[in-house]
Amino acid sequence: MKAGSNLEKILEKGEFAVTGELGPPKGNDIEVIKKKAEHLRGNVDAINVTDNQTAVVRMSSIATCALLVQMGLEPVMQMVTRDRNRIAIQSDIFGATALGIKNMLCLSGDHQIFGNQKEAANVFDIDSIQLIQCVKAMRDEGTLLGGQEKIEGQVRLFIGAAANPFADPFEFRVVRLAKKVKAGVDFIQTQCIYDMDRFKEWMRMVTDRGLHEKVHILAGITPLKSGGMARYMAKNVAGITIPDKIIARMVKAKDAREEGMKICVEQIEELRQIKGVHGIHIMAIEWEEVVPEIVKRAGLLPRPKVSKN
Amino acid sequence: MIVGERKPLEEIRAMLDPYRKILILGCGECVSVCMAGGEKEVGILASQLRMLYKRQGREVEIGEVTLIRQCDREYIEPHLDKIYQADVVLSMACGVGVQFVGEVAGEEVIVLPALNTKFYGVNLEAGMWAERCAGCGDCVLDKTAGICPIARCAKRLLNGPCGGSQGGRCEINPEVECAWQLIHERLKARGQLELLEEIVPAKNWKPSLSGGPRKVIREDLRL
Ligand code: SF4
Ligand code: SF4
Repeated sequence: MKAGSNLEKILEKGEFAVTGELGPPKGNDIEVIKKKAEHLRGNVDAINVTDNQTAVVRMSSIATCALLVQMGLEPVMQMVTRDRNRIAIQSDIFGATALGIKNMLCLSGDHQIFGNQKEAANVFDIDSIQLIQCVKAMRDEGTLLGGQEKIEGQVRLFIGAAANPFADPFEFRVVRLAKKVKAGVDFIQTQCIYDMDRFKEWMRMVTDRGLHEKVHILAGITPLKSGGMARYMAKNVAGITIPDKIIARMVKAKDAREEGMKICVEQIEELRQIKGVHGIHIMAIEWEEVVPEIVKRAGLLPRPKVSKN
Repeated sequence: MIVGERKPLEEIRAMLDPYRKILILGCGECVSVCMAGGEKEVGILASQLRMLYKRQGREVEIGEVTLIRQCDREYIEPHLDKIYQADVVLSMACGVGVQFVGEVAGEEVIVLPALNTKFYGVNLEAGMWAERCAGCGDCVLDKTAGICPIARCAKRLLNGPCGGSQGGRCEINPEVECAWQLIHERLKARGQLELLEEIVPAKNWKPSLSGGPRKVIREDLRL
């Protein structure tokens, strides 16, 4: 075991994993975290905690993750290189692992222009691939980035990263995944998938290169709440394409939320059939309460139990 | 070249308010080429200010001089007399010129900036300049098909393109080209896409501004 996290054990056992996502509050209201977390308890194997996603200032991912650990839940700490240099990154990793965090997702992060502190300087001292290398060196070599300095104690982290099969250039997307694998990533969570054909095409390239045997791929999904949301996301969210037939279904639906859930369950069915997909990552942004129903309808309950040690 | 853009007239006016004798100092190099602070722009700014002061009924004397370049002592020194006669020097050079005129003239002389110094770039088309280099001190263009990811990728990524690259455009703005898309295209055209399979390790930012103010010393040229 690399980190001994629940997520790692489930994936290593060959079970189909389910992860969820929790966006921390735009402030220090712990009740928000508790409420969102309870919707996810028992329904997912680990909970991603975003790191100032879309560059909007929120409670830190590390603090939120530590609160989840206290609540007996397993977090995946997201960390972006936008706001931290390699000094802060490694220091935060020491702190996070000391607080009981066992999974980490390495990201470069959305540009600050999307957020609510547009005048901020960005850092980008290292990029997401270099961050994976950094965490791997800390875990497997017991050294800081650069390989010289030994660290005290042990950094045990199950290392994750993102992949966006819908970004361009398409042919590079599998190369980027291969680089992340080479850097030492253990699991991948993809951008939310609506365009199944393109995702399948990407997965075919992934399996052709044998990458599915080296990394666990969790397919990302986001349930749509309304026709308006579908249209908005298709138009405005970077790196997301939504096929017209899904938008049409959402727009026409009498009960849009129900339709969104249905689409989601159908997507899970389809994703489970794809070779190399080892789990799903449900990003129900500000709609966490829908997760139990989706997971239930998809036949993914109860979540498998793995031993604590 | 170093690309600059003149500050708004109102900001310049406010800066100059306490002074009665102004010397507008142009520069004949980069800022002249990018039409921000050469002889012609000195003339335009001088007449704008004269009109403004006339309207306000203020007596302000405005002198105009354009040096060959403001980043060289030998071109500044012949004009020191005029510089000393003015209450203030409004330099239309880049930030380098503004500082160096002050350094050469001595601490009594107040030199103010008329431009916002933008970047090292090129003239893309009439009236349009674009950044090409950020002076990172350790050039990687040999590895990136001659396209700079430091100056031209919004996240300074060395292993791009990121997940925000869409249709050749950067996630920050559809007007902005994704540098890594350009790198990909060029490597593809050259049959060198395998270069992108290699992980570029964390960059050493010491030679960049992160390492503090920089100096180049050439022992072979020192007296
Ligand atoms: S790599 Fe550095 S030196 Fe080379 S063009 Fe880019 S910023 Fe300039
Ligand atoms: S879209 Fe391209 S240019 Fe923009 S941040 Fe990503 S890699 Fe860099």
